[in-house]
Amino acid sequence: MKQIMAILMISVLNASAALAAEVPHRVVSMNVCTDQLAMLIAGAGQLYSVSYLAGDRNASVLADQAGGYVVNHGLAEEVFLMQPDLIIAGTFTTRTTVELLRRLGFRVEEFAPANSLDDIREHIARMGELLGRQEKAAELVKRIDNDLATLRAQPPSSKSVATYYANSYTSGSGTLVDALIGVSGLENVAARLGLTGTSKLPLELLLLANPDLIVSSEGDYAAPALAEEGYVHPAFKAVTAGSKAVNISTKYTICGAPFTLEAAHMLRDAAGAAK
Amino acid sequence: MSETARYRLLLIVLGAATFILFLLSLTVGPAALAFTDSIAALFSSKAGAIALIMQEIRLPRAILGLMIGATLGLSGAALQGYLRNPLAEPGLIGVSATASLGAVIAIYTGFSAVFPLGLPLAALAGAMLAVLVVQAMAGMKGGALTIILAGVAVSSFAGAMTSLALNLSPNPFAALEIMFWMLGSLTDRSMTHVWLAAPFMVVGWVMLASLGRPLDTLTLGNDAAASMGVDMRRVQFLAVFGTAASVGAATAVAGAIGFVGLVVPHILRPLVGSRPSRLLPASALGGACVLLAADILVRIIAPGKDLKLGVLTAIVGAPFFLWLVYRTRRNLL
Repeated sequence: MKQIMAILMISVLNASAALAAEVPHRVVSMNVCTDQLAMLIAGAGQLYSVSYLAGDRNASVLADQAGGYVVNHGLAEEVFLMQPDLIIAGTFTTRTTVELLRRLGFRVEEFAPANSLDDIREHIARMGELLGRQEKAAELVKRIDNDLATLRAQPPSSKSVATYYANSYTSGSGTLVDALIGVSGLENVAARLGLTGTSKLPLELLLLANPDLIVSSEGDYAAPALAEEGYVHPAFKAVTAGSKAVNISTKYTICGAPFTLEAAHMLRDAAGAAK
Repeated sequence: MSETARYRLLLIVLGAATFILFLLSLTVGPAALAFTDSIAALFSSKAGAIALIMQEIRLPRAILGLMIGATLGLSGAALQGYLRNPLAEPGLIGVSATASLGAVIAIYTGFSAVFPLGLPLAALAGAMLAVLVVQAMAGMKGGALTIILAGVAVSSFAGAMTSLALNLSPNPFAALEIMFWMLGSLTDRSMTHVWLAAPFMVVGWVMLASLGRPLDTLTLGNDAAASMGVDMRRVQFLAVFGTAASVGAATAVAGAIGFVGLVVPHILRPLVGSRPSRLLPASALGGACVLLAADILVRIIAPGKDLKLGVLTAIVGAPFFLWLVYRTRRNLL
């Protein structure tokens, strides 16, 4: 058994060394963000497997397309048996799995979460290079730039907005959502309050700040959890009475991709409606 | 000073401390509001942001802190008297953990969304099951060891089932909420929670408070108490249902909060001349003080981090518990 394993491992090492320089043909992605970028950029038959979250309508914008790929759960054993020539992972999750796969001789490329619009362009370009699909990547970057130009051409609305997600988390300065709020011409209340990164926005402070718009992610999941109790709190209901609340599913903003700008459009439309 | 006068003084001091801590609890929060503004807003009928913060966020939190603390102190004193065991406490004998399990099943299956009363009722059922199981295992004359062992078994089983139920939920946030159910928190509780839990807690209090005289008699032993006309079945009914109703409702809205019911009666017992009937009201006030203080501290120590109440009560309670175990062991030798 040991011998078989050794032979298997050597053959893997050889295979991955030989293919490293060439365009990969059997790519496995283990993170919902890299899943979606790979689905957008990969050529036909190039992407073999995506993570189970890619098919989850609450987490993935491209859930409908994910059905065409084999599903993985980010487990080393499972990915090993797929014998990919390139593994794409996120830097935040499955750390031990990534280390184990590297030890087994696989080529693993990692993507950090996108925190700005520049990160999105960079990630798309890098994914294009890894998959040998530079033209497709350039096309997507161009689409983003055009989209940004349209958004920025509109006059700023000077309205204030606060994001209020499950467990009363908000997006402060330095986050992708903060960048999107900037692009849509609005003011991020969390950044004004001095919050950086994704941090807690106590309900009390939200009431005092009294923003023009409140972005929630209510109803992302059908199953109940205390995390969403904030949305049924009488004080939250009182402050969002009227047309103040906009629901933008977090699937648009957890990953940096061309569709992320959809969230900016939704914000823009909501600000226009909340006159 | 006579013992009765000393007892009255103790109740007055504890009552005053509870009142002051209740006021403090109303004035602590992330929004820096001036004291006079906030108290004025509490009684204001205008719907401004400050009035909303005071009436809908801080008031329910302070009320729940007061009521849940009183519940834990009272039920701890009643259980210690009824089981005649210094280690009996809702947290230690598994009542809080099983009440949590009941509440978790009601919330995460969506049952409580359809039928709101289902939440306290499910927690009550869980709590009652724990008391009955522990009592059946330990027997009426159960020693400290059997009660603790049965309590540990019930607690860890209920804790494991709670984790299992939360891990199986399709909502990814549910698994993170294991912490809430094991350690308890009052963050952003609303008046809805107060109205849901208060009736059950009050019914439980009345049942437990009526135990004062029988518990006094019970200190002479079961047989002596029975011969003096104490209806043991009635006492059992009141102790079990009173604890289950009040602790169940408290746990359903705030999670399991440990050690309050253990520590408070022990600290106050020497001050009331070891009479259970006097210990009950004193423990209720003492428990309210401890929980209000803990809830104020979680907001001061780590604002914005949502520190859980059980962390603070365990920091104070666990060393006390070790000391108690040490002393009990010495007495056994």
